[in-house]
Amino acid sequence: MSDRLPGIRPRPSIGRKLDIAARRSFPTVVTGLLLVLAAAPLGIGGQPQTQLAIALASVFFWTLVRPASMPPLAVFLLGLLLDLLSYAPLGVGVVILLVLHGFTLAGRRVLGRAGFMLAWIAFALLALGAVALQWGLTALLTLRLLPVAPAILAAILAVGLYPLLAVPLARAHRTLAETDQA
Amino acid sequence: MIRLSIPLRQALSKLTLPVLIAVAFGLMLLGKADTMIATRMRMALADSLAPIWGLVAEPLAGVHRAIDGVQNLATIYQDNGRLRAENDVLRRWQAVGLALDAENATLKANLRWVPEPTPSFVTARVVADAGGVYARAVLLSLGPKHRATKGQIALDERGLVGRVTEIGSRSARVLLITDLNSRVPVTLETSRGRAILAGTNGARPRLTYWPEGVVPVEGERVVTSAEANAFPAGLPIGVVRYNANHVPEIEPDARLDRLEVVRLFEYGLHDLAPPELSVVRQTERRR
Repeated sequence: MSDRLPGIRPRPSIGRKLDIAARRSFPTVVTGLLLVLAAAPLGIGGQPQTQLAIALASVFFWTLVRPASMPPLAVFLLGLLLDLLSYAPLGVGVVILLVLHGFTLAGRRVLGRAGFMLAWIAFALLALGAVALQWGLTALLTLRLLPVAPAILAAILAVGLYPLLAVPLARAHRTLAETDQA
Repeated sequence: MIRLSIPLRQALSKLTLPVLIAVAFGLMLLGKADTMIATRMRMALADSLAPIWGLVAEPLAGVHRAIDGVQNLATIYQDNGRLRAENDVLRRWQAVGLALDAENATLKANLRWVPEPTPSFVTARVVADAGGVYARAVLLSLGPKHRATKGQIALDERGLVGRVTEIGSRSARVLLITDLNSRVPVTLETSRGRAILAGTNGARPRLTYWPEGVVPVEGERVVTSAEANAFPAGLPIGVVRYNANHVPEIEPDARLDRLEVVRLFEYGLHDLAPPELSVVRQTERRR
């Protein structure tokens, strides 16, 4: 961001450029790592739902607070990773994450200024929509009526996980992911 | 880099999202048209991640064992008493079992029974959940020179787990018997009636298509049947339990929610398509 402000500053060194790149890719890389970790045998129930919840919450959070670090292409790649890791029909995760990203971007003006509670409520609605869309698309692609219970669990988990994820992510947003600190 | 005017650049950046959504729908069609692409991509990713998950699995298993240890300490006294009683019962059963085994051997010798070959097996560690929201499957980590093949049968120390549906260079995916796409031909052990065990994605698969005149009895043992040549006969699956709606379900012997190590048996039976492919196969067969 600071590059666009007027003023004279030294030419960025390679180290600083690397630092900026690392900070900019931090949200995507951390989300990807969390998705991989959520597939590991942790021995807890509802892990696939947790994985979906993490993807939804991370994409929503970073799109809201730092859209420059969560561009559509990154969302696309995260969706592809989600599809491949969760053995869903190819493209379903990509579509739901991109749609979530689009809606969040559209509502960013209002949500950015509103408090945490409002953002949480908005996320709950969006997550519900995303899970419903995933259920519908998966049913359509596998030509099967799927049970609704796992989808409801996924939506509840997403809503419940959001505050837990948002607190450390908000801290990272001000420190690790902040390109101005590079 | 090409220099573009600012309005054009803004217009292009606004176009990225719709274009990517269109690409995603294209990806869906591609995945539907050629299911092998998705399978290959998945197994490539699983192959590269399996060693990492394997590394994570080791300390995680340690943590689980430690928690179990602490929990066991609390009940160690009652457990000991229960185990002594159980041991007495089992010792009697052992005597019965040995007598029956000897009797069986003499009978088989008299009947000139052709012995079934002992199947070969490999043991593998479960490293990841490979099911997703709408499927039940696990990923196994195998060595780079493994000889696992599609259609092999996975058992844990207690009973049937599922079948291998996809094979990578160092990993394999096992579809569990609880998966929505899983169908296992079974035999009810007391009535010898045949039935089909259909997965529901829940913890207990459902028993369907038992013949007229045979009623699955609560607590009855259920084993695999050799019908359709998909499974060998007699592998333990579980016991019949009626649910609240009076539908017979199977409580699996295998601990499907806490799988750590499974054995893959080679019986030389049919290979198997992964669940994503089975729909396509069925339509092809109908033609």
